Amino acid sequence: MTPEPLWKTREPAASYDAVVVGAGGHGLATAYYLARDHGITNVAVLERGWLAGGNMARNTQIVRSNYLWDASAGLYEHALRLWEGLENELDRELEFSQRGVLNLAHTTHDVRESVRRVNANRLNGIDAEWLDPEEVKKLVPIINISPELRYPVMGATYQPRAGIADHDQVAWGYAAAADRLGVHLIEGCEVTGFQRSGDRITGVHTSRGPIAAGRVALCAAGHTSVLLDTLGLRLPLQSHPLQALVTQLVEPVIDTVVMSNTVHVYVSQVAKGELVMGAGIDAYNGYGRRGSFRTIEREMEAALALYPVFAHSHLLRSWGGIVDVSPDASPIIGRTPFEGLYVNCGWGTGGYKATPGAGHVLADTVANDRPHPLAEPYALERFTSGALIDEHGAAAVAH
Amino acid sequence: MTGFRSVPVPAGSEATVSFNGRELAARAGEPLAATLLANGVRTVASGVYTDRPRGIVGLGTEEPCGYVRVDSPPIESMAQATRVETHDGLCARSLNGYARLPEGEEAPRGDRVWAHCDVLVVGAGPAGIAAATAAARAGARVILACDAPQPGGGLAGEWDAAEGTAAREWQEPRIAALRDEPELRLLTRTTVTGLYDHGEVVALERRPHAAASGGAVHRLWHIRAGRTVLATGSCERPIVFEGNDRPGVMLAGAAVGYARRHGVLAGQRAVVFGCHDEALWAAVALHEAGATIVAVADARPAPGPAPVAALYERGIGVLTASGVTRTTGGSGGVLSAATVAPIDSDGNATGEGRSFPCDLLAVSGGHDPATALAAHSGGRKRWSPEHAAFLPDQTPPGVRLAGAAAGTRNPAAARDQGERVGHAAAVEALAHESATDGAEVADDGAAAPVVGSGHTPPMALWTVADARTDERRAFVDLHRDATLADIRDAIGAGMTSIEHIKRYTTIGTGPDQGRTSGVPATGIVAGLLDRTMDEVGGTGSRPPWVPIPLTAVAGRELGELFDPARRTPMHDWHVAQGAVFEDVGQWKRPRYFPREGEDMRAALQRECRAARESVGALDASTLGKIMVEGRDAGTFLDRIYANNFSTLRPGRCRYGVMCTADGMVLDDGVAVRLSDTQYMCTTTSGNADTVRAWLEEWAQTEWPELCVHITDVTDHWATISVVGPRSRDVMARLAPREDLSAEGFAFMTYRDTTVLGVPARILRVSFTGELTFEVNVPAWYGRAIWEAVMAAGHPYGITPYGTEGMHLLRAEKGFIVVGHETDGTVTPVDVGLGWAVSKRKDFVGKRSLWRPDTAREDRQQLVGLMPEDGDHVVAEGAQLVAERPGSVPVSMQGHVTSSYLSPALGRSFALGLLSQGRERHGDRVYAVHLDEAVPVTVTDPVFYDKEGSRRDG
Ligand SMILES: Cc1cc2nc3c(=O)[nH]c(=O)nc-3n(C[C@H](O)[C@H](O)[C@H](O)COP(=O)(O)OP(=O)(O)OC[C@H]3O[C@@H](n4cnc5c(N)ncnc54)[C@H](O)[C@@H]3O)c2cc1C
Repeated sequence: MTPEPLWKTREPAASYDAVVVGAGGHGLATAYYLARDHGITNVAVLERGWLAGGNMARNTQIVRSNYLWDASAGLYEHALRLWEGLENELDRELEFSQRGVLNLAHTTHDVRESVRRVNANRLNGIDAEWLDPEEVKKLVPIINISPELRYPVMGATYQPRAGIADHDQVAWGYAAAADRLGVHLIEGCEVTGFQRSGDRITGVHTSRGPIAAGRVALCAAGHTSVLLDTLGLRLPLQSHPLQALVTQLVEPVIDTVVMSNTVHVYVSQVAKGELVMGAGIDAYNGYGRRGSFRTIEREMEAALALYPVFAHSHLLRSWGGIVDVSPDASPIIGRTPFEGLYVNCGWGTGGYKATPGAGHVLADTVANDRPHPLAEPYALERFTSGALIDEHGAAAVAH
Repeated sequence: MTGFRSVPVPAGSEATVSFNGRELAARAGEPLAATLLANGVRTVASGVYTDRPRGIVGLGTEEPCGYVRVDSPPIESMAQATRVETHDGLCARSLNGYARLPEGEEAPRGDRVWAHCDVLVVGAGPAGIAAATAAARAGARVILACDAPQPGGGLAGEWDAAEGTAAREWQEPRIAALRDEPELRLLTRTTVTGLYDHGEVVALERRPHAAASGGAVHRLWHIRAGRTVLATGSCERPIVFEGNDRPGVMLAGAAVGYARRHGVLAGQRAVVFGCHDEALWAAVALHEAGATIVAVADARPAPGPAPVAALYERGIGVLTASGVTRTTGGSGGVLSAATVAPIDSDGNATGEGRSFPCDLLAVSGGHDPATALAAHSGGRKRWSPEHAAFLPDQTPPGVRLAGAAAGTRNPAAARDQGERVGHAAAVEALAHESATDGAEVADDGAAAPVVGSGHTPPMALWTVADARTDERRAFVDLHRDATLADIRDAIGAGMTSIEHIKRYTTIGTGPDQGRTSGVPATGIVAGLLDRTMDEVGGTGSRPPWVPIPLTAVAGRELGELFDPARRTPMHDWHVAQGAVFEDVGQWKRPRYFPREGEDMRAALQRECRAARESVGALDASTLGKIMVEGRDAGTFLDRIYANNFSTLRPGRCRYGVMCTADGMVLDDGVAVRLSDTQYMCTTTSGNADTVRAWLEEWAQTEWPELCVHITDVTDHWATISVVGPRSRDVMARLAPREDLSAEGFAFMTYRDTTVLGVPARILRVSFTGELTFEVNVPAWYGRAIWEAVMAAGHPYGITPYGTEGMHLLRAEKGFIVVGHETDGTVTPVDVGLGWAVSKRKDFVGKRSLWRPDTAREDRQQLVGLMPEDGDHVVAEGAQLVAERPGSVPVSMQGHVTSSYLSPALGRSFALGLLSQGRERHGDRVYAVHLDEAVPVTVTDPVFYDKEGSRRDG
């Protein structure tokens, strides 16, 4: 029994009502919601490589919405609500597992900032709890909560509805659903520039020829700034390598997601059995999809302290993606100074969790040529007005 | 069952090992896989999803099936049986693909080593030995990394038969000579795991013998190589057919390897199946080693005449244009027969098959150059139909390939190539030439032509099938249990990219990195999609090349060494006093000093009362101290701080605040002008490093024209704050000749002097509002002077206090702490430091402060908060809301940044940030923490001594 093709291989047409640049999760979701909610089905998603082979294929799949500020809470919680119905919506198993996410606190400073975030979440209607070390241990029996640790576990924030979802299945789910609605998914088609008439964008130039477009939505992650450079528009984005790794398959040891910013390691165990771990960005800028080994060593030092049993596992595979980091660690969504051109970028290390929300909100913005209410705070203008949405998790400074 | 050893175990090398509880006779030092084969153990493990029995397939890192767990020290949760060295007492067990992490068991230790070399040669086969020797003789410092316990690589097929003796004669003295090269370092049992940018190489050394002495069992090498030569050889690939996973089905080269290297026959009755001459030579070798060759099948209509003749001489015929369509299983599913049928060039059966009973099916689909390391840093490969293999095409800067890794299969040619490439690498490394390598590969490390005279080219063959073939039993990735049917499903689902197919089928994601499945999968996909091999390509290779134990990744940077703790010179004194510590940046700081029976709250009340009423002492050594020196030091600091420092007179101190580029508070502290060209800037304890790096960044990248030098001198000094109305009395005892009066030693000045004969710099600053002498002495004297201060203060009941007391005392005065009242979103104006922001001069962040949102009047501003219930201490991190919260969402207006019970006020109080807070003094808001909402009154943030009457005592 051979399954139905998830999406069809297409040649690009000469013109579309809307072109989405980049078939990552965000691009695919945007195309899907354009077709589903706004009746715009003459849409192409142009992808220079293979579908969802960028950060979408490389992330560590964590989905949560416990951000500090109201704007973020609105956007990420909107996404989480969509996640909660997504398997039905896309009619596909996504291995969406609301196994809960803990963010550990290791210093008195962490504790203060964590409590602050829990309280903010609760007042925003987002599930959030503050756990003491014993409660952490109950959820994560393998964790070391000894006060003798170099940076002991002093507690954790906990979002029970958070979790993980299989990023390939999500991408394929959106791709299949968009394809069914008539969207063209075109792989191996790199956008190299724009066609314009004055300040109006009328199409794109691609490695496979020009394509006319009524509207163009950029979902090219870090390459968004490269593309906008061709229009003389500079984006405040810095591209950094971000690495992740897996161990060999191990029998179940951890059934929730645990993150630590202070000692920089986070872990979950996927259904297949691999432990998936990640840490912070590599400090330097670049577009090469690899980082330095030192970052991984640092991460494993932290992992072994927190989870002594990991000492028996092996680093099987590591990889890097390139993340587009904005000055306030929040995304840029909305219109541009060019008519018919919209951006969605700057998601940095955390855009996977927003996939359904970002697509939904961007599609609405594109269809109506005005920011979706949840996108309003994320406009490009905030960098000149100063209305930043700083989600660096509070400056990592101790007294 | 015995009789699988063609060479008996030499006396003195006997060992007994236990496998799944069964005792087996082994030869010490041989791979466990050899022991198992020698003892007739066919089934070693089972499929990860199918539970089908699996045996040994390969010889080394390519092994997809034979995974075991080692229970004897050094324990291993998962290892390839081909890479576990046997020793007496080894105890191992089968694995089904999943490791069980043994809780409570100590894992073998790992360590890190660093090294530099001009030329790194990876792999010590003929090409690697030649390359290393040539490079060393050209004067380069060389490291030769060899995966095996001994150098000396595989000689395969034709060349083994034809030139085996000559090759061994070439190799033996070279290996001996390697050890005599003074600048050549031979690392055995060392596998290069990754190539990173700028010549960084990571390699894993296995030291199983170190376990007994408690030494590190793994060492992770970090090598900076000027140039790298990959002489990593090749991986043999299998052919996919129904039942190709049964124990007994093996790679032909591996079967020969066990016979030649270890004197072990993998089976007694062998069928050999291949599509190139080396497979035929493998049949010769197996026969030579004592196996009965039941049948030889070659997919090519016209195999090479030389091996055919060699087989004929032994009375063995070759079935041409034939292949194995399926296997039959005997007891336990182990191989009992192979069916050979005539096939076409796509591997489809064209006639009836014939079944040959056998206990070994030696299969070889060809050899894939091991180029994964090159791929780690951007190398590419290209399909060569002539070689029926992907050959390196573009190599990363500084990297060359030689030998089988470059597609050169003839050992003599590989040797020559190794020599050339090794020499070239050395010359280039020593000349420090810029990398032109990519271009040179073509003539300097490209594959030698396949052909020797009389050589017949290999054929690319991926699958063999007939009409009855069950594709769910034809395995592509033996480790992941992924089959031909799975690939067909993926393609049916519309997948056309090999990356998608890999993800759909999980092919190549196992610990063997899919070494035996990657190229066949590409071949199969190319066939199904009617594309070329290059169009389909391979999946990207990702480090590490072999799995690295996490203990080796983490090395010794565990426990305290994870982040070496910084301790002040007075630390031991604090410990002796029973201080409770907290982590502040890397520092360990006393948080409070509880006395018998006291909790934090009680200790805090006592400590703070002492500082306000008599005298307290704070170890402030952790305060960051950065020297900024040079002709332009004043100008530099004017640009860094929001306020002016060039106007500060030598001898005086000034509080300053610095901003990030977007105008948010980065740090604050007092700076002292020591002379026209010297300032000492103090920073927040946890922030000294950040501030130093920040200053360096501006000095080096933005204003290189300024003459300034920046030095972090934090730990050169021990700092003791003597605080409180009686502090002058204490100081008078310590420095009796000093004029300590308010007039003689004015607030915000400093003095270089001596205390008890020790050079000291005393600052009249105050972070509590109380009269304070901040005594800085060279760190060496810190403990002595601290004790002297304690002794001098004894009559006044001098009381040490910690960070908690410090925070409480400053909060009563409304002084901010960076990281409490600021979080990267707060401007100096927000926290009431507008007076310190110059309107005239330019400084980092100034422009941002005038952006419309940043200059808004209704931003969150620093306020004081008085809980209506004076006994209730609100939680730090509580959110401030206008009304008692009903249903969510609730609009938040700010949050509580610091909160304490004040002994001076006799009640609780807090600081917070609140929208438009400065205009709301007197308002009631609610502090919400979890399920509680506490009414608090908004006040001025200065709670104590608003007039500042106490700072002079
Ligand atoms: C290692 C790692 C771990 C991560 N972990 C998490 C996590 O746990 N949780 C989380 O929420 N987020 C995580 N992220 C971040 C997250 O993956 C990204 O923020 C998110 O995937 C970005 O959106 P996207 O899927 O649309 O981007 P991408 O998948 O990167 O999509 C952009 C696409 O645009 C294409 N493109 C670029 N330029 C062009 C062009 N000129 N023409 C055509 N196409 C072009 C690219 O090829 C790419 O396919 C992680 C990222 C990495 C690298």
